[in-house]
Amino acid sequence: MRENTERLRPPRFLWVPFELGRPFGAPDEREFQARVLRAALALLERQGPPPILDDFPDNAPGDGPADMTGWSCPISFPAPEATDQPALPARILDEISSLTPWQALARERRGRTGLGAAKMGIEDSARFLHALWAAGGSTDNPSPTLSLGQTFRGASEDMKTFYMEAATARPSRVSSRELADWFWGETAAGELLLALHPACLESVDAGVRRVALGQLVPRAQLHRLNKG
Amino acid sequence: MVNLGDLSRASARHLLDKDCPPFETAPFVAGPPLRQRRVAIVTTAGLHRRDDNNFNLSDLSYRVIPGDVRLSDLVMTQASVNFDRSGFQQDVNVVFPLDRLREMDGAGEIGRIANFHYAFNGAGQLPTAFEATGREVGRMLKEDGVNAALLVPV
Repeated sequence: MRENTERLRPPRFLWVPFELGRPFGAPDEREFQARVLRAALALLERQGPPPILDDFPDNAPGDGPADMTGWSCPISFPAPEATDQPALPARILDEISSLTPWQALARERRGRTGLGAAKMGIEDSARFLHALWAAGGSTDNPSPTLSLGQTFRGASEDMKTFYMEAATARPSRVSSRELADWFWGETAAGELLLALHPACLESVDAGVRRVALGQLVPRAQLHRLNKG
Repeated sequence: MVNLGDLSRASARHLLDKDCPPFETAPFVAGPPLRQRRVAIVTTAGLHRRDDNNFNLSDLSYRVIPGDVRLSDLVMTQASVNFDRSGFQQDVNVVFPLDRLREMDGAGEIGRIANFHYAFNGAGQLPTAFEATGREVGRMLKEDGVNAALLVPV
């Protein structure tokens, strides 16, 4: 943030008005990203005196109410409060099954995936997370190389990544807030991660407790923990 | 990075309360024109190649990203969950603009791209905790002939 940088006083700094996580503005906006990069590197040719704190003048493409397009996920899921639903693990596996073609499309189009933090498949991650929740924050660790806390962290991140990659497979100007609200408010996977928060705060494993405390639910979604 | 007004009150307070001690000195060096510079990216986005070790909470180590890396090999295991990852999931360049840098290199706008870039996990620690590894990376940048480091937070 500009306020923090003004206190730090680095020699050269370009402040950008973009959301956290997007320092070059917006994905797939080649020209805009290049403008930001050129503006940052141009500071190197300035002669001082320090600190040089410049402001990038434009908002990111897609920012602002004029660009909100009423995004909807390519797959519709039953509302979390709907009655007569299958148990949570079955609903998550159903969601994964429905989203798999979209995630595959995203992977094919982008030539990459961000999955892999848990070093296991997405369905195994879902089963592990549910077992962890059902056992109150301590269960067998399926990973030979990661600690239980690291597996928990990796599996939860892979769940978010899988859903987000699938949800953004179709070109659109969906905002990160819409995506986050969809995942945390409308999916069974989000429901499980929210349930893991209180369960794992009581875990006997310190690493699991640390993940639950600060590396599971974003601050902007914590209000959902107080519901129901 | 980011307008305070775009954040929830709790998130804004959390970030404003971070300890940001000012640099005790104001080092400032001029250098050759950009078209003669050798440029490296140093990111705090917790990026690394898929086969590298994940970053952990309070991780002070760094990962090396070769200049000729395929962006499809990069994953993000940054410790914080309080920033958007969906942009990165769609396009690495929104966090780590190596394709854009390669285009500037091709157009002769910069001198060269460094042989190596570096990634830290920019969460869970005060900036001062990174001094030792920061100096280590500084030495390696120097050995690589880098005279322009683009420091990118996330």
